[in-house]
Amino acid sequence: MAAVALACLNIACRRDMQDQPKYIPLRPSDFFADGRSARPLPEGTVARGQLRADKVFFTGKVGDQFVDRIPFPVTRAVLERGQERFNIYCSPCHGRLGNGLGIIVRRGLKRPPSYHIDRLRQIPVGYFYDVITNGFGAMQDYSAQVAPRDRWAIAAYIRVLQYSQQASINDVPPEHRQDLGGAGTAKPAEAKKPSE
Amino acid sequence: MSQIFYPSTNTFSRLSIFGGIFIVAFLVWAWAELNESTYATRAKVPIQQPVPFSHEHHVGGLGIDCRYCHTSVENSSFANIPPTKTCMNCHSQIWNRAPMLEPVRESFRNDSSIRWIRVHDLPDYVYFNHSIHVAKGVGCTTCHGQVNKMPLMWQENSLQMSWCLDCHRHPERFVRPRSQVFSVNWQPPPNQVDMGRKLVKEYNIQSLTSCSTCHR
Ligand code: HEC
Ligand code: HEC
Ligand code: HEC
Ligand code: HEC
Ligand code: HEC
Ligand code: HEC
Repeated sequence: MAAVALACLNIACRRDMQDQPKYIPLRPSDFFADGRSARPLPEGTVARGQLRADKVFFTGKVGDQFVDRIPFPVTRAVLERGQERFNIYCSPCHGRLGNGLGIIVRRGLKRPPSYHIDRLRQIPVGYFYDVITNGFGAMQDYSAQVAPRDRWAIAAYIRVLQYSQQASINDVPPEHRQDLGGAGTAKPAEAKKPSE
Repeated sequence: MSQIFYPSTNTFSRLSIFGGIFIVAFLVWAWAELNESTYATRAKVPIQQPVPFSHEHHVGGLGIDCRYCHTSVENSSFANIPPTKTCMNCHSQIWNRAPMLEPVRESFRNDSSIRWIRVHDLPDYVYFNHSIHVAKGVGCTTCHGQVNKMPLMWQENSLQMSWCLDCHRHPERFVRPRSQVFSVNWQPPPNQVDMGRKLVKEYNIQSLTSCSTCHR
C-alpha cells in the first residue's frame, strides 16, 4: 500500500514540471481565437537578412522573362542535393526519371507531362523554379516545403534528367561503359542512376 | 493468567519476518515493473486521430519520404506535423470526396488547424533535438519503430531517461550510415557494433551523458 501511495504521490507532485505553462512548438493556445501558438506573420513583415532583394534568385525571372541560368555555380554537391530533394518532393508524382509516372499518378492523380517533351526541354531553367514556387495548374506550389536554394538545385537536377534521357553511349566515358550492364547498346546512359 | 503466545507462534513470527522481506521486495519489483510498463509509458498504444492518417499506407504503401511531410526534422529541434496544405497537394484530387477526409477539407476551406493528438510527449524539463540525431546517423525507425507498419501512430519506445541513456552511452550499437537515416527498411547488420564504431569515429559522435545535455 505504502509503495502504491508513494507512487501516486510521485506522479502527483511532478505534474506541474511535466507540463509547464509555456508554449513549445505545436502546443495549442487558448488565448488566440484560432488556437495556434505559432503566430502567422503580419503581412509585409521582413525579417532581418530576408529582404529577398535578389529578384533573379527569388523569382527566377528578369522582368517577366524566365532566366536561363542558375544564379550560383552548379557543382556536383548542388546536383546531388537536387537529386535528393527531387526524389523526396517531386518523384511521388513525376517519377524518379521525370517521365510523369510516379506512384501517386498510378493511384489516380492527373498525369503531369513528361520532362522529356520538347516544350519542357527548350524552356528556360527559371521556369522550373517558378513552377515549384507558384505551382502550375493542378499542381500545388512547393514553396513551403522546398527552400529557394533547393528549388534551384532541383531545377538543375531536372536538366540533368533531361540530358540523361537523350544521352547516347558516346557520352559515357569509355572507362564507365561496362558499368552499364548491356555495354555497347545505345541505352540511355544515366537512366540507371536516378531510378536506382 | 494464561500465556498469549505459545511456543508455536515463534515459527509464525520467524515466517512473517522472512515473509515481510518478500512482500516488500515484491512491492518494489511490482512498482519498478509498473513504471517500465506500457501502461505508465503509454508506449505501443495506437492513438485515435481526428483523421485516421495511416503511415502504413503513405510511407509503406506509397513510399513517401518522411521529409515530404516532416520538413523541419533535419534543421530543427522539433519535427513539424504537416500543415493541411501538404495533404491537399494530393487530396485535392485523390479521395477528394471521401467522408473520411472531410476534416482535412474543412480545415483547408476555413484555414483552421486540424487538432492532431500528440503521440510522443516528453516532459517539459527535458530538451530533445531531432536535427542532431538525424545529422549523426540515428535513424527515425531506431526511435519510432517501423512506422511503415503503423495504421495509426503509436509510441514505440518508453521515452524514459534510461532509454535515452542506453544509446547515449553506447551509440555504436544504434547508429547507421547517414544515407540510411530516413529508410524504413534498414535493419542493423550482423556486424553492427564494428560498423557502429567506425561511424562513431567518422561522424565524431560523442557519448553525451552529462545531466545538462538534456536538462537545461
Ligand atoms: C502531388 C503530385 C505532384 C508533385 C509532388 C509534384 N508535381 Fe509537378 N505536376 C503535377 C501535376 C498534376 C502537373 C500537371 C499540372 C497541369 O497540367 O495542370 C505537374 C506539372 C509540373 C510541371 C510542368 C508544367 C508545364 O509547363 O507543363 C513541372 C515543371 C513540374 N510539375 C515540376 C515539379 C517539381 C520541380 C516538383 C517537386 C518540387 C513537382 N513538380 C512535384 C503534380 C505534382
Ligand atoms: C504524408 C505525410 C506524412 C509522411 C510521408 C510521414 N508522416 Fe509522420 N505524421 C504525419 C501526420 C499527419 C502525423 C500526425 C498524425 C499522427 O500522429 O498519426 C504524423 C505523425 C508522426 C509521428 C508522431 C508524432 C507525435 O504526435 O508524437 C511520428 C513519430 C512520425 N509521424 C514519424 C514519421 C516517420 C519516421 C516518417 C517517415 C518514415 C513519416 N512520419 C512520414 C504525416 C506524415
Ligand atoms: C503524395 C500524395 C499524398 C499526400 C501528401 C497525402 N496523401 Fe493521403 N493518400 C494518398 C493516396 C494515393 C491514398 C490512397 C491510398 C492507397 O491507394 O493505398 C491516400 C489515402 C488517404 C486516406 C484514406 C485511408 C487510407 O489510408 O488509405 C487518408 C485518411 C489520408 N490519405 C489522409 C491524408 C492526410 C491527413 C494527409 C496529410 C497529412 C495526406 N493523406 C497526405 C496520397 C497522399
Ligand atoms: C533519438 C531518437 C529519435 C529519432 C532518431 C527521431 N525521433 Fe522523432 N521524436 C523523438 C522524441 C523523444 C520525440 C518527442 C519529443 C517531445 O515530446 O518533445 C519525437 C517526436 C517526433 C514527432 C512529433 C513532433 C515533435 O517534434 O515533438 C515527429 C513528427 C517525429 N518525432 C518524427 C521523426 C522523424 C520523421 C524522424 C526521422 C527523421 C525522427 N522523428 C527521428 C525521438 C526521435
Ligand atoms: C539511438 C540512439 C539515441 C537515442 C535513443 C537518444 N539519443 Fe540523443 N544523441 C544521440 C547521438 C548519437 C547524439 C550526438 C552526439 C554528438 O553530438 O556527437 C545525441 C545528442 C543528443 C543531444 C545533444 C544536442 C545538442 O544540441 O547538444 C541531446 C539534447 C539529446 N541527444 C537528447 C536525447 C534525449 C532527451 C533522448 C531520449 C528521449 C535521446 N537523446 C535519445 C543518440 C541517441
Ligand atoms: C540523454 C538525455 C538525459 C540525460 C543525459 C539525463 N536525463 Fe534525466 N531525464 C531524461 C528524460 C527523457 C526524462 C523523462 C523521463 C520520463 O518521462 O519518464 C528524465 C527525467 C529525469 C528526472 C525526473 C524523473 C522522474 O521520474 O520524475 C530526474 C530527477 C532526472 N532526469 C535527473 C537527471 C540527472 C541527475 C542526470 C545526470 C546524471 C540526468 N537526468 C541526465 C533524459 C536525460
